[in-house]
Amino acid sequence: MSLSLAFVVAVLFAVGTYLLLQRTLTRVIFGVAIMGHGANLLLQLAGGRAGEPPLVGDDGAARIVGQDGGGGFVDPLPQALALTAIVIAFGLTAYLLAMAYRSWVLTNSDEVEDDVEDRRIARSQARDTAPEEAR
Amino acid sequence: MSLLLALPIALPLVAAALTLLVRGSRWAQRAISLTTCVAVMVLAVFLLLAADAQGAVVSQVGGWPAPFGITLIADRFGAIMLLISTIMIVTVLVYALGQLDDEREFNLHFHPVYLVLSAGVSASFLTGDLFNLFVAFEVMLIASYVLITLGANRGQVRSGMTYVVINLLASTMFVAAVALIYAATGTVNMAQLALRIAELPEGLRLALGYLLLVVFGVKAGIFPLFFWLPDSYPTAPAPITALFAGLLTKVGVYTLIRTQTLMFPHDGGPSIVILVIAGLTMLVGVLGAIAQNDIKRILSFHIVSQIGYMIFGLGLFSLAGLAAAVYYIVHHIVVKTSLFLIGGLVETGTGTGALRRLGGVARQAPVLGLLFLTAAFSLAGLPPFSGFVAKLALVQEGLNLQHGGIVAVSLLVSLLTLFSMTKIWGGAFWGTPEQPVAGRVDDRRTTKLAMNPLMLGSTVALVGLSVVISIAATPLYQLSERAAETLVERDPYIEAVLGPTEVVQQ
Repeated sequence: MSLSLAFVVAVLFAVGTYLLLQRTLTRVIFGVAIMGHGANLLLQLAGGRAGEPPLVGDDGAARIVGQDGGGGFVDPLPQALALTAIVIAFGLTAYLLAMAYRSWVLTNSDEVEDDVEDRRIARSQARDTAPEEAR
Repeated sequence: MSLLLALPIALPLVAAALTLLVRGSRWAQRAISLTTCVAVMVLAVFLLLAADAQGAVVSQVGGWPAPFGITLIADRFGAIMLLISTIMIVTVLVYALGQLDDEREFNLHFHPVYLVLSAGVSASFLTGDLFNLFVAFEVMLIASYVLITLGANRGQVRSGMTYVVINLLASTMFVAAVALIYAATGTVNMAQLALRIAELPEGLRLALGYLLLVVFGVKAGIFPLFFWLPDSYPTAPAPITALFAGLLTKVGVYTLIRTQTLMFPHDGGPSIVILVIAGLTMLVGVLGAIAQNDIKRILSFHIVSQIGYMIFGLGLFSLAGLAAAVYYIVHHIVVKTSLFLIGGLVETGTGTGALRRLGGVARQAPVLGLLFLTAAFSLAGLPPFSGFVAKLALVQEGLNLQHGGIVAVSLLVSLLTLFSMTKIWGGAFWGTPEQPVAGRVDDRRTTKLAMNPLMLGSTVALVGLSVVISIAATPLYQLSERAAETLVERDPYIEAVLGPTEVVQQ
């Protein structure tokens, strides 16, 4: 386990969370992307210690980290998992950008909009309760 | 046997590619997607029969042995879910063919995406591997992102954005959870996880369990993670909302039950945390529904409140509780989908779903009134409808295990459900509109509501199915009990995947 990598994961999640809480759509998208990177890096960390590339040698023998004096494979599975996750995140970021653009074309602003119906119900309830408080 | 497990996933994906190729011809598109969906439904029937006979049907894709390869598994619970979801997919497709008849552009992209969604749903029910579950979820969700924003109008883009971002956040957490679980156990195969997680220290096990609870809780829409749901569902066209309402959150509930029972079994009786969440989910959902003034929005809040009942069954962590939850899910999927389809019929017929603009639908279309009453009573749990059986089973088991508090909440929520249903009934089906839709002159005595036969037919079929569920309650409940048995015992599932030797070693 590398402490510096763990620190990077923490920073990525923190920055991602901060950006997600913004009202601007572009920042939200950046936040989602950065958090995705954090999760992928966490997957790498889950693979354990660094080692040689996971390729079978000429002798056909598979070597594991820790055996043969420590010079063995790194665990290849988390890399495969992270690769899958990266591809999915890439496609979805593109889709989010397209939606943010569509939103900008429709409303001419880059902000997350309120739910109109929800606001209306909240207002009508505030109106119902207001006279009682005034009394 | 392996083909039976792979085809429900592969067939719709191939068909999705085909519908893209023949996008010039509407009839070819329709024929392909309808045939595929029906074929998958037939496969699901055979799969359920096989799973019920053997306990679980397993296939190792590519022939790699269990913990290394990709495992597909259908136990009784998974097979039941697959069958009921494919039935919904077929019915909603028929309804959509009726509604989207004129909208050519819409139709063009609808079929491929719909088929991909169906593949994702099947894969979520059939996978035996935590990371493939993530992939299956993503396939299903990507298709749902497209479907929910297919019209690309202002409301859909606004609510679609919330929907996409919240689901992406949950997916990111899912990846993080998979990473942590892999770091702790060194595997992502669910059967092997069931064995290895048991060896972890108590605190770590609890943390991983609750992390997954949050991840699937967002997808299932439990309290306090449900807020995206009633906001985003109502903007899509009726058939799409109906399918999402019936299926997508229930996929979340399915994975919640699967992971909690298989990987994090609760030995010490009911889980108080989950029961409290269940109670709050029921209560907050139904109170939200009462405040709304639009058919689709009322129904969307009801999804949340109904999820609470299923989580209630899970929280009891007993055989009868889980059996009740399985039966409840089946009943709920059918009833909820049909309620949304009825709401869609009212909307397309009158041009609005706002209660203050509606009125007198019961006179204009008596058959809709009858359908709505049947489904609404069933949702509220009045005898003799299917919701009654499901709620009775839950309440009985809750009292057996001496959790009177949650039982009281669930009964109160049933009453409030009935109340909000009468709100729809009084607003839309009786009376006259307060503010009629501009340019419409309705004489409620003479106007008849125009209804597409395909839309009406599929709705009638679904409501009929919900009646069948209540008539055939005994065999269905026995099936749910057998499904719950495999969930509680766990060994049949683990042995089916890893083989008997592995279990002995551990």
